[in-house]
Amino acid sequence: MKEFSYEIKDEVGIHARPAGMLAKEAKIFSSKITIEANGKSADVTKLMAVMGLGIKKGTKVNIKAEGEDEEAAIASIEEFMKNNL
Amino acid sequence: MEQYKGKSIFNGIAIGRIKYYEKNQQVVKRVKVEEPQEEIKRYEEAKEKAIKALNNLYEKALVDVGEANAMIFEIHAMMLEDDDYNDSIYNIIKNDCVNAEFAVATTGDNFSRMFAEMEDEYFKARAADVKDISERVINALSGYDMGNGVIDEPIIIVAEDLAPSETVQMDKSKLLGFVTRLGSANSHTAILARTMNIPALIGVDIERKWHGKMAIIDGKKGILYVDPSMDILEKYLEKKKREEDGKKLLQNLKGLPDETLDGKKIKLYANIGSVADVTNVLANDGAGIGLFRSEFLYLEKSEYPTEEEQFQVYKTVVQNMAGKKVVIRTLDIGADKQVDYFNIEKEENPAMGYRAIRICLDRVDIFKTQLRAIYRASAFGQVAIMFPMIISVDEIVKIKGICEEIKKELREGEIAFGEVELGVMIETPAAVMISDQLAKEVDFFSIGTNDLTQYTLAIDRQNAKLDNIYDPHHPAVLRMIQMVIDSGHRENIWVGICGELGADTGLTEQFIKMGIDELSVSPSFILPLRDIIRKTKVFS
Repeated sequence: MKEFSYEIKDEVGIHARPAGMLAKEAKIFSSKITIEANGKSADVTKLMAVMGLGIKKGTKVNIKAEGEDEEAAIASIEEFMKNNL
Repeated sequence: MEQYKGKSIFNGIAIGRIKYYEKNQQVVKRVKVEEPQEEIKRYEEAKEKAIKALNNLYEKALVDVGEANAMIFEIHAMMLEDDDYNDSIYNIIKNDCVNAEFAVATTGDNFSRMFAEMEDEYFKARAADVKDISERVINALSGYDMGNGVIDEPIIIVAEDLAPSETVQMDKSKLLGFVTRLGSANSHTAILARTMNIPALIGVDIERKWHGKMAIIDGKKGILYVDPSMDILEKYLEKKKREEDGKKLLQNLKGLPDETLDGKKIKLYANIGSVADVTNVLANDGAGIGLFRSEFLYLEKSEYPTEEEQFQVYKTVVQNMAGKKVVIRTLDIGADKQVDYFNIEKEENPAMGYRAIRICLDRVDIFKTQLRAIYRASAFGQVAIMFPMIISVDEIVKIKGICEEIKKELREGEIAFGEVELGVMIETPAAVMISDQLAKEVDFFSIGTNDLTQYTLAIDRQNAKLDNIYDPHHPAVLRMIQMVIDSGHRENIWVGICGELGADTGLTEQFIKMGIDELSVSPSFILPLRDIIRKTKVFS
């Protein structure tokens, strides 16, 4: 399992657009990728569940990937977060 | 005529007939089915159809409102692919043996409730998106086409609520504005309205019977007029025309210098009466503020505004103007503009009474509070002060003495302030006649033509019976203006006009030829005047 933490810098938080792009990104990989925030977690490929976490600016999130391509998955998600959120 | 209040999404005026827009709301019935597999297949087909339609909408929106706003339709398509959403629909169909429509409606309700219950306004507003996609699938299931939003004539749409897909599908050239009961300022529909520059109000108690009636949306004030009276209608047609002319001019003239064909530069400034007006000045490309009426600070309060309160207001304006000049006029109240706590006695003839600088030089404490606040604000930009109702050199000498005292105090207190120009607002014939002497004492003149006309022609501005002879084009007034310009120029100081006459486009060319250096007008007049200035030749 691979993981990393990140603090959201986007003004609106993980809103519809990045959540959608994030889901798209996560679907490329076979690993199961989850996002944890505010004591809850969701599968990153599930757009509505991720939005349902209500992640706002300043929230610390923890991303975990588990599976064959977990290394590549975590690297790519981390880069996406840094560029978009 | 009826009048309703709402929350404005986009400033602007819309005038037109109302179309009451009703969604083809499908009443979804719960139907037991024998073969759930069939329903799942039906759902999947409908979903594919919906996604296809959303992709088309995305393409259309991309052209109409740009990528950032078109994205919502791509997200809608993604939401329809969401595993949890789909699993919920499959489960309901399979477990309850019900029709696909019912499963989608139930799932849509559940998910939209989840968003509606969230704290954050942004996420709350997503409830509408879930509803929108669910309705789209239900419509596809029942074979109903959501329509292509064809509108035959320009109209104002009135509806309970509008989904983003509905807004973007409407023909932009025919959609004058919209009014809804529901919706939030954060909804995608609201965002689309702003991008598409469509005046819109939300939170209005709408009624179906308005269908077909004339209406006006005033986006600035957040008011909807249904069946407006002729007066109101004419007023708004005029306003709308000015707005449109302004917009056209804006496109052509924004950023261009206020300069005549033969190179004479005019300072084209704006008159404002509150902090909120600053946005208007910037939107109309004003090069500065030529008259900041400070009265509102006093009129809005029940006691004297403190130095700190005033300082914050002046500072905000100065900072927003970012280095452009801001001319603040000191307190101009009197028996006609009453403020209770000043305890000014009623007067027979307030226009000639205890007012403006006369109060300030009598009650110096009030005057000093204001001046200190202005001087402090001058540390943040380019500030000038002008004094109203001056009739003698002696007054100016006194005022300058007070200003020096304040500067000394500030220096001692190590409080920052900048270079401040001092000027006389020329509005009495006395000031005109001694303008040669006044010019030696100050940095600029600004002519207040409203009062100057009233005092020169001895006509009470408030007396409607005299309107027919109240003529600001009177040669006496124009000669006064010429005299002031000449006196100012002999001492190398700039001379402007900040009264209504400054915005009189019929006189602009003449003023320029007379040598005027500055014109300060309502923000909406800036670009029409720029247009004239740029077509004028001083020496012909």
